[in-house]
Amino acid sequence: MGRTVIPIGPYHPLQEEPEFFTLTVEGETVVDIDVRIGYNHRGIEKLSESKIFENCTFVVERICGICSTSHPYAFTRAVEDVFPMEVPIRAKYIRTIIAETERIHSHLLWLGLAGHFLGYNTVYMWAWKLREEILDVMEILSGNRNNYAMFKPGGVRRDIRAEDIPVCLRKIESILPTLDMLKKAVLDDPVLHARLKGVGVMTYQQAIDFSALGPTSRASGVARDVRKDSPYGAYQEMPWDMIVTKNGDVFDKAVIRILETFESAKIVRFCLEKLPDGPIDANIKDVPVGEGIGHIEAPRGETFHYVRSDGTNRPVRHKVRAPTFMNFPTYKATVKGQTISDATIILAAIDPCYCCTERIAVKDASGKALYSGQDLIRLSREKTERLRKGMGGR
Amino acid sequence: MSLKLKALLKSPWVFHLSTGSCNNCDIETLDCLTPRFDIERFGMLLAGSIKHADVLLVTGSCNRMSVERLKTLWEQVPKPCLVVAIGTCAGSRGLFIDSYNCPHPLDSIIPVNVYIPGCPPKPEAIMAGVVQLIQKVGGA
Amino acid sequence: MTREDVLADIRGRFGADIVELFDKSPKRVYVEIRPQAIVRIGTHLFRTLGARFNIASGTDMKDWIEILYHFTIEDLNLLISLRVRLDPGHPEIDSLARDIEALNWIERELTELLGITFTGHPDPRRLLLADNWPEGVYPLRRDYVEWDGTADRTRGV
Repeated sequence: MGRTVIPIGPYHPLQEEPEFFTLTVEGETVVDIDVRIGYNHRGIEKLSESKIFENCTFVVERICGICSTSHPYAFTRAVEDVFPMEVPIRAKYIRTIIAETERIHSHLLWLGLAGHFLGYNTVYMWAWKLREEILDVMEILSGNRNNYAMFKPGGVRRDIRAEDIPVCLRKIESILPTLDMLKKAVLDDPVLHARLKGVGVMTYQQAIDFSALGPTSRASGVARDVRKDSPYGAYQEMPWDMIVTKNGDVFDKAVIRILETFESAKIVRFCLEKLPDGPIDANIKDVPVGEGIGHIEAPRGETFHYVRSDGTNRPVRHKVRAPTFMNFPTYKATVKGQTISDATIILAAIDPCYCCTERIAVKDASGKALYSGQDLIRLSREKTERLRKGMGGR
Repeated sequence: MSLKLKALLKSPWVFHLSTGSCNNCDIETLDCLTPRFDIERFGMLLAGSIKHADVLLVTGSCNRMSVERLKTLWEQVPKPCLVVAIGTCAGSRGLFIDSYNCPHPLDSIIPVNVYIPGCPPKPEAIMAGVVQLIQKVGGA
Repeated sequence: MTREDVLADIRGRFGADIVELFDKSPKRVYVEIRPQAIVRIGTHLFRTLGARFNIASGTDMKDWIEILYHFTIEDLNLLISLRVRLDPGHPEIDSLARDIEALNWIERELTELLGITFTGHPDPRRLLLADNWPEGVYPLRRDYVEWDGTADRTRGV
């Protein structure tokens, strides 16, 4: 049977195609896949070398809009690792609050997009509406809905006012009932079970071989989380669970993200209620000669920054590694052998930070485009409909 | 501007394009569709393909790989088409002005009608910018 | 195995290949090794000691080009960074991506941004830079100069 190559368009509903993923297909089954990235490469590592340490946090914040706290957090941890020093406890709590609130918003964003690809537009609208409450919390705490600019080497830049805490607690509490409803809607829906279980499976050994991170690897049974393995911030101050499952399919990845949202809400509540007094900044004056490594658990996995200093006020080298860089190549394991209609949801299941991933493009063997990105999303939704009708659904 | 454009602007089809951004502006633009901001009450609809676009919403700092695509897409858009540059990156590349991979600002590649600064601009700002553009063109 | 066992194991097995072992702090160890030993030591850390590969970072240090391979042993909360120094005129090293899939992309990135050659890499294509980026121009090198005469860097003020 002849092989044809299929283009996978942007999985984002609004993005236009750039080339990126190349699928080779036999009939309906994907037999090979390749990818081309570089559409978001902005030379940030080189830019950092011309900025002073404090200004680098502003540059790295703009690497990715969705996980915009994880990069400054990892960078400030890297600078603080160059020489022995201690961040004040109040700053650790504030950092944890910002990081976990961002995790909630990031997972809700993913949930909405996944709903969109599967044809559950109500899930999309509900998840993004809940997100707005979280963005309000961020605006109250930091002044902005995204790009919070809260981090600096040595502590945080702004304090949390006591009068803001009850408002934020109320907003976090207010999303929990709807979140619970979304959880049941996803976990108990037989059509979603049929659609997502067993789809895009990555085995435990594959997760290890690719050094996959975050929910992508925890879905395959790899019980690793930087917040547990190498604690930082305030994560050791309260009990919370790491969510691990063992099937490695798209369903598990969705379950992990939903359950992690509840854990994050727990952590944020604890930190807001028990916020200790004290200074918020260790007031680092100079960064001495040396190297530092900072790694933290972003919503997508471990973000890793390496900083080298020669005693001046600029880094000699700043290496940035977003979690999607390690998760992305796992498509080689998860998409082969699957059908075209599942391709978009499998690729979306690693929660690629677009900025790290970019687009997908597929070239036809003869150069002709067979399906566009919109077509692939349509195929995905059609499969959901077929399954629903097959189950005699409403 | 022409009568044709005025007519188009009664219910403009917007098409969103990213030329290498951190996606914050893209997410805020998407937020405009959600119930809280609801851009559809201004008659704006999302076009499924660039060939139906009346208004192009562009984000990102035009890095080398995206520029080729941008130029191809601009050729495909039926003119007249208005261009809205959302975010500081689309306006002038912002802090990526010295980046080795972002050599040109957006307005040197395609003509831009409206700049909405911000990093990212809030959904209210995006909607205000687009509405201002429509009013200005409609009244011109 | 405890932290001390791991370090003793590395020293014992690869003593001849270790240039310097810098035990910086309980969580950080930097081991400088001879470049010829990277595959032996890298695979030992990854497969036998079960360390997770974080990333590799390359730096142009003017007199040499350095690569740091970062591995984490999570159970011990220990991050081991293997350092290799390469000749700046001819930076070449065996590819570890042949044995460990996780290194595939980062070695491609180091090749195009720093000009390091990884002998035996299964897929040495460009990863991030555009097709019209000239060969032989490596942006992360210290001597990188703007090659694009048409680039507009004016701030308009």
